[in-house]
Amino acid sequence: MSALADPNAAREHARAMAGTVVEAMPTLPPRADDLPAGVGPDDLLWEETIAAGGYASRLLARGTRLRLIDLKGDACASLLVFNAAMPTERLNIADTVKVQWDAYPTTGSLLLSDMGRVLASIEQDDAGTHDAFCGASNEASNRRHYGDGRNSGDHPNARDRLLLGAAKHGLGRRDVHPCINLFKGVRIEADGSVKTQLGPFAAGRSLVLRAEMELIVVIANCPHVLDPRPWSVTPLRATAWRGPITGEDDPIRTATPERLRAFLNTEDLYRR
Amino acid sequence: MTQDLHVAGLPGPVIHDEIVPARAPWLHRVKAGQTLRVVDLEGNQAVDFLLYTTADDAERYSAQDTIAAQANIFLRTGSVLRSNEGRPMMTITATSVDYHDTIGGACSCESNSLRYGHHTKAQHSCVDNFLEANLRDGRGKRDMVSNVNFFMNVPVEPDGALGIVDGISAPGLTVDLRAEMDVTVVVSNCPQINNPCNGFNPTPVRMIVAA
Repeated sequence: MSALADPNAAREHARAMAGTVVEAMPTLPPRADDLPAGVGPDDLLWEETIAAGGYASRLLARGTRLRLIDLKGDACASLLVFNAAMPTERLNIADTVKVQWDAYPTTGSLLLSDMGRVLASIEQDDAGTHDAFCGASNEASNRRHYGDGRNSGDHPNARDRLLLGAAKHGLGRRDVHPCINLFKGVRIEADGSVKTQLGPFAAGRSLVLRAEMELIVVIANCPHVLDPRPWSVTPLRATAWRGPITGEDDPIRTATPERLRAFLNTEDLYRR
Repeated sequence: MTQDLHVAGLPGPVIHDEIVPARAPWLHRVKAGQTLRVVDLEGNQAVDFLLYTTADDAERYSAQDTIAAQANIFLRTGSVLRSNEGRPMMTITATSVDYHDTIGGACSCESNSLRYGHHTKAQHSCVDNFLEANLRDGRGKRDMVSNVNFFMNVPVEPDGALGIVDGISAPGLTVDLRAEMDVTVVVSNCPQINNPCNGFNPTPVRMIVAA
């Protein structure tokens, strides 16, 4: 490439890349031909395929739906959720499972903040294999398993991916909190042992989150921390569209007394 | 002189010995190699427990890293308490209780409003204890992370039902923790009165550090 000795040649070279299409990339403006009934193209907000080993972060308005699709059956979406207006408020995994008396989030479950509010609801889930217990892989665990876990290597770890995604919103090491892993699951045995459900699964399983607050979401797509296989992860598709703020009669909102009070606390935050 | 059974079997001389009153916070630095013994003086008193690396407190206890590394949610003798960067912070070298919890989190005024109702808003909570202790040490709400609950029992049923149930501890039972690095220990002697984690009666606990 020694022909790029002057800026004009470098500019031509750079511009010649325009229009390149790869498997994992954002589509701008967003375009999708599989939106649910009632969602128009003008409501589409985000369309991106997150690379295997990649990450993304995004602001979501209240009412926004975020659909994640495990395109090829081997994605692992490690998710952080923050209150965008006050990111010291964030997903609290312990409260999420404890308050709802349920270890296994699925359709109808809420993702709760440390301030007793609902950050997001799981509006639809056809996967059913998720993990609130094991958290993100880290540099040390990836180094043990793959020989390397650095962002700059071939086996990036989920924690460092989440750190980068959070840093894009001004957040740092103190802000990266316990995550939920979507699409890779666990079940807890009577003796406390963790049994993983790592697939690979059928292609195309999906989950739809409904933002109940103004959110920052950060997603890393790296192999599950307990995945014993050689490096194995496939791309993750994220699609977001505008939607209405949850109404008083919403069946998720009213399903249990704990969930109703979480919505009451969130609605109180926006009573201004 | 009567023998103090609570110090029996410690690996070295006692260098710190303190009673934490019911409902109170506690902060103490433990150096690598020292052992912290927590004594459940009156039985079934949840001791909510955070750890920070003293030299760099952005590194701190992580329940998820701890669970993943041992592929088990219960903390028993031999369990290693790991940081958010996967490093060993403390090891449970002995405990006379079958297992301890690390999935149940810490009670707060806010989560109490969900679990029990808004009438509990004025009650004291572990998060307020953690905040009070951390604020004096230069940390704030961003530093509130996942915690251990010694002497607390949170089973997960086959259908996924999870909850704080009657304790499996008893008066005088203990847990010993050997520091694998210099750590800052932050404790809330849990004030919760709405579930069985303290037998509906918060009581004092004893903290003994041996060199």
